Amino acid sequence: MKAELAVVRSGALTTVQDRGRRGHAHLGVPRSGALDAPAMNLANRLLGNAPDAAVLETTLTGCALRPDHGVTVVVGGAPCPVTVDGRPAAWGVPVRVPAGAVLNVGAVTSGVRSYVAVAGGIAVEPVLGSRSADLLSGLGPAPLRDGDVLPLGTPARQPALPAGAPWPAPPTELTLPLRLGPRADWFASAALHTLTSATYRVSQHSNRIGLRTEGPSLARVSAGELPSEGMVLGAVQVPPDGRPVVFLHDHPTTGGYPVIGVVAEAALAVAAQAAAGTPVRFTLG
Amino acid sequence: MTESPSAEVRPAGRRALLVELPDDERTGAFHAELLRRRAAGTLPPVEEIVPGARTVLLDGVTDPEELARRIAGWDLPSHAADDGAMVDIPVRYDGPDLAHVAALWGIGADEVATRHSSYTYRVAFCGFAPGFGYLTGLPAELHVPRRDTPRTRVPAGAVALAGPYSAVYPRSTPGGWQLIGTMPDPAPLWDLTREEPALLTPGTRVRFVPQDRTP
Repeated sequence: MKAELAVVRSGALTTVQDRGRRGHAHLGVPRSGALDAPAMNLANRLLGNAPDAAVLETTLTGCALRPDHGVTVVVGGAPCPVTVDGRPAAWGVPVRVPAGAVLNVGAVTSGVRSYVAVAGGIAVEPVLGSRSADLLSGLGPAPLRDGDVLPLGTPARQPALPAGAPWPAPPTELTLPLRLGPRADWFASAALHTLTSATYRVSQHSNRIGLRTEGPSLARVSAGELPSEGMVLGAVQVPPDGRPVVFLHDHPTTGGYPVIGVVAEAALAVAAQAAAGTPVRFTLG
Repeated sequence: MTESPSAEVRPAGRRALLVELPDDERTGAFHAELLRRRAAGTLPPVEEIVPGARTVLLDGVTDPEELARRIAGWDLPSHAADDGAMVDIPVRYDGPDLAHVAALWGIGADEVATRHSSYTYRVAFCGFAPGFGYLTGLPAELHVPRRDTPRTRVPAGAVALAGPYSAVYPRSTPGGWQLIGTMPDPAPLWDLTREEPALLTPGTRVRFVPQDRTP
């Protein structure tokens, strides 16, 4: 009989994520996938999971889970208290959860998103090659709800990474290196100076689609409409209110607001752990 | 930036290029050329080829600058070849904005079906929702604005107009387009059981076929 994982407490927003869907952007399908991919990858490696094994991505308040078979899990990403049937358990290293015991992933002590990897992975049915929940278009499994039951895969017999690999701490301030373009010419030079010299803050309205910012407005040279064009991960789109939005994994594949620059992908995993209010600086590079 | 007579290549981060064309005809032609070169194995690996209204995004490229130089040397056709797959969309012209569109077009509501279905359309690009295609082909004098107030719910299968585009909603969503008709069975527009889930992929040609109002 296949092992299953019951959702006792789904938390504010917990989704199934893997490496996402590629090659379908031309059909309007976002890439989706874990926002803090390095955290997902480390959790999977500590369990000897395949790199495409699906994990759970929590948001701020964690979740609680009860396996019907004994399983090994890793909780990583944003630091948080972990308990098994009420007893403290380790964060960031493999933990054994007996059959019927409740794994509680607590509220984050810093950062935003904790990752719960289970040996064998979350084995929901893939859609277009991925098990990721895409919150923009609704592809893949819906966000978890209390009482859901998730199928688990068979644990791999691959050697696991030895515990002890460091987990990067969530940022207390966020530096986002960006390259200008494709539509930097839609903005006044004063706006380019503002973008790279002012301090923005992470808005509480950020989500898996985009990291929204609060700070000085970026003025355009022209007020015309931009015909819809393809959008990349990390695009810094500037809507009419002038506050830059950094596109994360569930971003729309085409859009009509100008993109002033593109943030390097490696910085986006850090951005995914930047809590509301975190200072943000954009740098050229 | 690299300039050539017909394509302007703009940077889009470390792994992508946005190629801007002068008009939608040449955008379609450039997109078709990219697909042709990819099929022939003469395009370096590209993860995503995403057409827009006047652009094609090439994302997931190892060396964007090298690809930009190559593209600058291409001799681009000015018109898309009319050889895309042809899809017929059956439509009941019964949308709630039919009379409004007829008034904007200066014709009777009963003439919208004949007029709208007299053109062959082409899927210029997708977006908004999986399988939602933006179809060009309507002449400029028939372009209509979006509704002042978007609807909170547009039903799946709604055939709609906005600006230069026609579209068929693959699923129920909010929407601000003018609704002129209904595709009776919209399920084929997005079908995850098919190898190619979208019916209206970029480059596909589309005809609207008026159906009797009473099914």
